[in-house]
Amino acid sequence: MTWTVAEKCIPTRLGYGEGLVELGRRNPNVVVLGADITSSTNASMFKDEYPDRFFSIGIAEQDMVGTAAGLALTGKVPFVCTYGVFASGRCWDQIRTTVCYSELNVKIGGAHGGISVGPDGATHQALEEISIMRCLPCMTVVVPCDSTETRKATIAIGEMPGPAYIRFGREAVPVVTDENTPFTLGKAETFREGTDLSIIACGVMVYEALETAKNLEKEGISTRVINLHTIKPIDREAIVKAARETGAVVTAEEHQIYGGLGGAVAEVLVTECPVPVEMVAVKDRFGESGQPLELMVEFGLTHNEIYNAAKKVLARK
Amino acid sequence: MPIPRLSQDEMKEMAKTIRRDIVKMTCEAGSGHPGGSLSATDILVALYFNKMNHDPLKPEWDERDRFVLSKGHICPALYAVLARAGYFSVDELLTLRKMFSRLQGHPALNKDLPGIEVSSGSLGQGLSVAVGVALGLKMDNKPQKVYCLCGDGELQEGQIWEAVMTGAHYQLDRLICIVDKNNLQIDGKVQDVMNIDPLKEKFEAFNWNVIECDGHNLEELMEAYDKADKNKGKPTCIVANTIKGKGVSFMEDEAGWHGKAPSKEQCALAMQELA
Repeated sequence: MTWTVAEKCIPTRLGYGEGLVELGRRNPNVVVLGADITSSTNASMFKDEYPDRFFSIGIAEQDMVGTAAGLALTGKVPFVCTYGVFASGRCWDQIRTTVCYSELNVKIGGAHGGISVGPDGATHQALEEISIMRCLPCMTVVVPCDSTETRKATIAIGEMPGPAYIRFGREAVPVVTDENTPFTLGKAETFREGTDLSIIACGVMVYEALETAKNLEKEGISTRVINLHTIKPIDREAIVKAARETGAVVTAEEHQIYGGLGGAVAEVLVTECPVPVEMVAVKDRFGESGQPLELMVEFGLTHNEIYNAAKKVLARK
Repeated sequence: MPIPRLSQDEMKEMAKTIRRDIVKMTCEAGSGHPGGSLSATDILVALYFNKMNHDPLKPEWDERDRFVLSKGHICPALYAVLARAGYFSVDELLTLRKMFSRLQGHPALNKDLPGIEVSSGSLGQGLSVAVGVALGLKMDNKPQKVYCLCGDGELQEGQIWEAVMTGAHYQLDRLICIVDKNNLQIDGKVQDVMNIDPLKEKFEAFNWNVIECDGHNLEELMEAYDKADKNKGKPTCIVANTIKGKGVSFMEDEAGWHGKAPSKEQCALAMQELA
């Protein structure tokens, strides 16, 4: 069974904008706050549709999160939008104390996730959000794999109670799901069945993982590919099942190697089903200016790297 | 039903009672922040017993005015005010800072203590929350006011000034920020640690309406709250000039009493002064 559909490329931020507009249509309490970069995050799509429910806060991320918390206290469902580096890092304490500790219904949209942001360089390439968001009690963390899934995920977090963080990207990336692909928050989706090893990925690395699986198949290696779009709460069952049934795991993410999806998967496996694990991620370094594709290659975020990791993990079985 | 208004004499007695509560609570807890709690007592008494529309029997009453405690560490004062107003039992005050108490060292929304509007304790965040509440109420065309209490040292946080801009930008005239200006913080005098003056001019430059008053004079405080009601088109900042540790002679104007609990002997002395 595979949910992969024909290849076309769309930026995940488009799915975010579409999701916001759909939420706005469904629920008059949905409001959106922007920190100056409204068209970059596609929050502008909501602003165009519902100008009375959009609030410009200026370049003031900490105040934006606090203001969102106040709006949530009056029954609104606020989404704050800015680049992921600032959405997660610049206002981390505000998210921790005011939003998460109060369990407020604030949603955080982190744009420009990952190295693929490109020429803006390290300051604008968010590579740490998964770790610093998932360590917060009460927080939900979602990293959808393509634009279609980003739309579904945006709607899903807007319709669940409590704090949530969603990561999406700037560049056009392959669309691997369609309207019929199942999506439930907290439930990993197996995009390809396999018995020799499992690749657990999120974001654009899901596509790369599927490419790797195709290449391994040519060598007679059967690879399971799991789209772990919800990093928290994590689908322990799917991870343990994959480890039990395939005996080896590769994780892949466009994020620092410490504390991200790989770390989250390892935390589950080390206690419930220890099997060899290899992690494909950015190896504890800052980004660079460059074209998205050349950066993905330089930082080891391609199906080739996943292939190498697969070979390594199979040798350790 | 909204809480009935107390007379000035009744409020004076209430303020004394609450000061006694604060000293007893922090003494029993063995830690806490009596200095700022005592400086903010009259501000809170005038708000909760004479100004705000609220109903202790229905803490989530939709028509209530809202209060955000930005300087979360002075929660002993807020807890005592809420208990004396009837939100919960006065006996519970002595559980302050104890394991699993609803009266955490800093206000915690997830403990379901009636009357707490939001968690706070990391300084500089409450005014943004108050801005958001005011914005939400404005969207829904509701008439309620939003009061936010900040410390003067707290104004050193940059986020405060972001929120000050936002409040003015959205012309939130229902928003009232009260600054408990006791001029002291942990390291000493605010003006030495990092000067925040001139406060009136700063807020005015940010397009706020500013009222200065004696933060221990109930009449002046009530006058300031009423004046804020009449102000249109911009938020109001009430600079309440106060004395840290007010009411307990050995604590007054001493930075050392910011975050230190009184001993049993000191508590007994304070009780005599506050009798």
